[in-house]
This record gives sequence, C-alpha cells and structure tokens, in this order.
Amino acid sequence: MKELYIGNAAVARGLYDAGCSVVSSYPGTPSTEITEEAAGYPEIYAEWAPNEKVAMETAFGASLGGKRSCCAMKHVGLNVAADPLFTMSYTGVNGGLVVCVADDPGMHSSQNEQDSRHHAIASKVPMLEPANSQECYDFAKAAFRLSEEYDTPVLLRLCTRIAHSQSIVEVGAREEVPQKPYVKDISKYVMMPGMAIRRHPLVEARTEKLREYAENCPFNRVEPGEDHSKGIITSGTCYQYVKEIFGSRYPVLKLGMVNPLPRDLIRNFAGSVDTLYVVEELDGIIETHVRTLGLPVIGKDLFTPLGEYSQETISKVFGRPEKEHFSIETAIPARPPMMCAGCPHRGMYYVLSRNKCTVIGDIGCYTLGAQAPLQAVDTTLCMGASVSGIHGFNKVMGRDGETKTVAVIGDSTFMHSGITGLVNIAYNQSNSTVIILDNSITGMTGHQQNPTTGYNIKGDPAGKIDLEALCRSIGIHRVRVVDPYDLQQCDKVLKEELAAEEPSVIISRRPCVLLKYVKAKRPLHVNPDTCRSCKKCMKFGCPAIAMHDGKAHVDPTLCVGCGVCEQVCPFGAFEEEA
Amino acid sequence: METKSIMIVGVGGQGSLLASKLLGRLLVDEGYDVKVSEVHGMSQRGGSVVTYVRFGEQVYSPIVTTGEADLIVSFEKIEAARHLPCLKKDGVIVVNTQQIDPMPVITGAAEYPAGVLEEMVAAGAKVDAIDALSLAEEAGSSKAANIVLMARVAKYFDIPYEKWIAAIEKTVAPKFAELNKKAFALGYNA
Repeated sequence: MKELYIGNAAVARGLYDAGCSVVSSYPGTPSTEITEEAAGYPEIYAEWAPNEKVAMETAFGASLGGKRSCCAMKHVGLNVAADPLFTMSYTGVNGGLVVCVADDPGMHSSQNEQDSRHHAIASKVPMLEPANSQECYDFAKAAFRLSEEYDTPVLLRLCTRIAHSQSIVEVGAREEVPQKPYVKDISKYVMMPGMAIRRHPLVEARTEKLREYAENCPFNRVEPGEDHSKGIITSGTCYQYVKEIFGSRYPVLKLGMVNPLPRDLIRNFAGSVDTLYVVEELDGIIETHVRTLGLPVIGKDLFTPLGEYSQETISKVFGRPEKEHFSIETAIPARPPMMCAGCPHRGMYYVLSRNKCTVIGDIGCYTLGAQAPLQAVDTTLCMGASVSGIHGFNKVMGRDGETKTVAVIGDSTFMHSGITGLVNIAYNQSNSTVIILDNSITGMTGHQQNPTTGYNIKGDPAGKIDLEALCRSIGIHRVRVVDPYDLQQCDKVLKEELAAEEPSVIISRRPCVLLKYVKAKRPLHVNPDTCRSCKKCMKFGCPAIAMHDGKAHVDPTLCVGCGVCEQVCPFGAFEEEA
Repeated sequence: METKSIMIVGVGGQGSLLASKLLGRLLVDEGYDVKVSEVHGMSQRGGSVVTYVRFGEQVYSPIVTTGEADLIVSFEKIEAARHLPCLKKDGVIVVNTQQIDPMPVITGAAEYPAGVLEEMVAAGAKVDAIDALSLAEEAGSSKAANIVLMARVAKYFDIPYEKWIAAIEKTVAPKFAELNKKAFALGYNA
C-alpha cells in the first residue's frame, strides 16, 4: 500500500520489516520519531535510554545476543556515542546493527551544524544516505543485510529535510529473522590491546571490500543527462534540489552510500562530463574524495559549508536568475521561538534575573531563557555541560562566583549527562549551586518519557529515579525542592543556597504546561483601572501578555492562569475572573 | 502536469500540522505524487512555522523557495507578509486576519505592522483575507480555525467538496469529525 511517511517513520517501518527486535535511543530532533514510531510495532522492543552512549551499547548488547538492533540519535548524540561506535567497528556484530543519525543543516533545533559523515570516515563504518522516505525505508532494511554480511555496524544518515519530509512509500511485510546463537569469542569481542591489534587489519580489509561493493552497489547510480558539459555528484536531499533545477539535463551520480566512496564509478563519471560538480550540504567530504582521485572538481569553492541548501541556493550558484516575486517595504518583526505561556521555567528565570545570577545553561526548552526579554542564560554548550561547567567556573571565580552563579539543567538532560558532573562537584568539592528544572518530561523534543517520570516509551509504568535521593546519595547534603510558580519561595531558597558554604541542588519542580494531565486554570485579566502601565510584566516575557492602548492585556486563548504575573505586578492589576 | 507548490505558514501551536496532514491525505487519494515538509522541535515553541506541500506527477524538492508558491495559506497576518516573497506572481495568498504579537512586539522592541495586508495588495499580490477564528468559534471551537482556512483553500482546487470531507474524516479524531465538518462548511461558504 502507498502511504505518506515522514522519513523517520519510513525508517521505523524499514526497521520493522527487516525484523529488527530492539531499538534503544535518546530523543533528539530531528531523529526522535524513528524510535517513537518503532515503539508502535509490538514486535519491536523500543525504549528511551538515558543517553546515546547507553542506547548504542544497549543495541550492541542486543546484537551480541543475536538479534537485529538499532539506535537512533541526532548528530550531536553521535558524539556522545562515539566511544562505543569506534570500537564496535572493530568487534563487528552478531545480529545486524544499524545506527541512525540525523544531521541538522540550518540548525532548526540544534547547537551546531556538524557533519556526521566525519564520524563514519573516522570510525571506518559504512554509511548510507537516503534521499526520500522510500529510500529511508529501503536503506534501513538493506542496512541490516550489509551489517551482517560485512560484520559491521552500519550508519544511516538523515538530515532534517529528509527526516521530517513526507513522501510516498510502498512498504512490504516483516521478515522474521531468527535469533543467531551467541558464541563466546574473546578474540572478536574483548577489545584489549592484544585482541584489538588483530581486529584492526580486518577493519581496513573490510573498508576495501566495502569500497569495491560501492562501485556497483544498488545505493549508487548514474542518471543519464542530455548535456554532458556538466556532471553533478550529489547525495541525500541535495539530489532532490539538483533534479528540481535541472531535471534530466545534466548527468547525475547519485550516491546513496557515502562511506566508503567508490573510485572507478567516480572516475568514469568524471570522464563522461566536461566539468564536474559536487553538490553536498555542510562539509566537502565527497569533494575531498574526488580530489584525492586527482580529478578537477567544483565544490565548496562555490557552494557554502553553511546552513541548509534549497533549489534556490543551488540555482544561484549555477548562475540562474532569481525567480520573479513580490516584496513589501515594511519590516516584519522576527518571531523567535519562546517559552510557552505558563512555562514553569519562566518563574525560576525571572528570580535568577532579579538576583543578577550568572547562569551556566544546558540543552532543552529552558535554553530559551536566553531570549529577550529575560536573557537569563549565560552559556549553552552541550548536554550536561552546565553542571560540569559551573564547577570549573567556580574553581577560578572563587567566592565571587559561588555566591552569584547557578547551573540550570532539565530533568532529562540531568539524567543524560548531568549526574557525572554532580559527582565531580561532590567529589572535588566546589561550592556550586545546581538547579534541576524538573518539568517531568523531555520537553523540547516533543514530550518523551525519561527515567525521572516513572513511565516508559509506551506510557506504561516503569522504574522512577528519585532525584532528591540520587543527589543526596552522591553526597549533596543540601537538596531543596521549590515550586517555580511561587516566586517568593524560589527567591528565598536561591539566596540561602547561594550563601551556603557547601554544594547544593535546588529542584524546581512543576510539570510542563503542555502535558495533557496538566489542567489549565481560568485565564487572568488585567484591571485597566489598577494597571499603571509600568510595563514590569513586559520584562517577564510571557507571550500571553501584551500592551494594548497603553495597558497590559492578557490573551485569554494563551493564558493558563499560572498566576506568576500576579506576583510580578507591583499594583495587583492581574485579577482572576470574578 | 507541472508540480504545484503550497505553503502553510503560521505560529507554532496554531494547528498547521493538521492542515498539511489533511492536504497530503487528499492529494495522495487523488493519485498525485506528494511531498510534505514540516518543522518540528524548537521552532514550534511559538516561533514562525512553515509547512510545504508539493504535488504533481513527480515531485523532487520537498521545499518551496522564492517565487514558487502557487498558493500560500497563512494562519496569521504578518506571517503572510513574511513569506510573501515565496508567492508566484500569479499565486494566491489566503490569510487568516488573526493578529498574534511576536516577542519583539510584546517587549516593545518592535511594532506590529498592522497595515501589511493592504501593502501586499498594493504590491499587486492576490490576497484573500478571512476571519477564520470567528468562523471556527461559530462552529464550536477556536481550534478549528485551521479547517476553516483549508475550506477557503479548497475553493482554489478542482476537487469536489465530498472528497475534502472524506479526507477530514480520515485525518481528524472521530470525536472531532462533526465539529471540523461544520467548520469546513462555514469556511467553504464564507
């Protein structure tokens, strides 16, 4: 049956049809739906792991046990999981193992624009790159066969535009793959120096075999063109843009296997055209390979390594005129993403702002606290970096830093990689204050359960990590819990913990307002007679409050009645409905 | 046929994903090759959001760029203006007259440009404005504004009314089917 699938859902269906039994992942846009969709198939055991390294090692364990397994992550998640990946390349697999990684050119929802193909090259693991949802499905299936045939994990690389675009997919039926026996094999699976040194040559030999395979594999194809003055090598979403612009005018070498890259296929293609182009988003990886073959090529000297491409950006480089369009003179104000009305993070950020705190931030919805008007966050680096970072910061800033600086980290991010940072604080004794913004869900990626919520990926009851007990067991004696809707309480506890001469954790606990079980209260409204137009509420950044005709006004369709504005207003102008 | 391009633009949380799902469903049922491209994640948090829908015999790119959209449907006034450069010279832009202040307006760093629709018309764009929010409320819920807008969009397609209704039935949860069908009727006849 033909259906529209987003790339991620097509990958999940491919995993299912390939007989995959285990999917373990940590959510990360744009990869999240692969695992969510996989969880919808009863034959697949799917789970949210605390981080990508744990997820990949879980998938490895399942492969070792003889079943086809998978883990999915965003590009930066592969950094976290790079450690197992590089050595899994040496051990190889038992059951097939597929690692899905989704890059985010244009940074729709990420902190950098790294190109995952570097990881494939560095770890010497083959990588496939689909260009639409049908290929997401086909390649996911094929990746397992490749994994087992070449005894290697296989990377499946997506980008935002492939992961989140729907196109038509024709799916098949699930192939039940029997569990392979687990056979103890120390020389293959125990990567201590004496064994690993014998595995490395096998990895090199495998890469050469895969390179031969790449010459004729079904993932790479030449599409003929009428005009041989130009020839274009491309892959993934860029293939679609190239075809959109040129149709069948110029010959195209479409690469579906982006590591290892073929040699003769490229040489022959180059020989058939006058000028060779490589069109690839992010880094010039195919181009560099082409250059090592001694072939003249046009690539990153014309095409930018920055941002997401489109038919328009590529078309411009080829010197085609811009399409006719309308324009108006009025400047349209930007509409950046922001914390929702009633977001529990806002109350805590307001208190931190008022106390002029330096805020070492982390990755999640609460990163939006850096946006105007609060601008409360000082740094954002990567998952867990707040808790580790504040420790180093305070070590050099001394008492001045300790009394003014906090780390903020969400519940899910704390589980992901905040715990080890807190261990460092307790062990190496910096007097740091860590605030866990516990909104009881993984928010930014669209509400995934995590080890602190007490539910698993299917919403069934699961193990629940007790944050207070965990922090105490690490050796943090001062663990406080506050309600971020209660500004006075937050302010009092914050001042006490910043003043305290030992490390502390403040758990700012209130579920995300977008959770279905969180019931909105009646919206507030502004009494125009009491409002003195001081605009103090404007500094608080609630999207439900705006100035209308000189007075504050609450949008009743957005307000959830959290009541924080009532505490911010010095004149009591915000009122509940009579 | 040449590939047709539609953009659905608005503010994160306004329900544009359901609109694109409905359109995608309908166009697949009509036998077209279809691509729909959405934005998930951070941009959805009250930010400006865009969904692209393209259909034809064979669709390559899933996105729509400058001067390519046959039709833009905007859930909010200034979002229409923001994406106007994507409209083809002979394209139509369907606009919900709702105003949602972006954060720079809320904080006073910028003013909401109230007259943009008139300016778009003056620039020569074919603007079809509709108060979808009021019609949705009339149907029973402000949340159905997306369906009201899709009903207006339906007027620019050669697809019979019943097929739209069938696509709605396949797309929305059964308990909301009646509400959405009512909203569609109001939008279609407005």
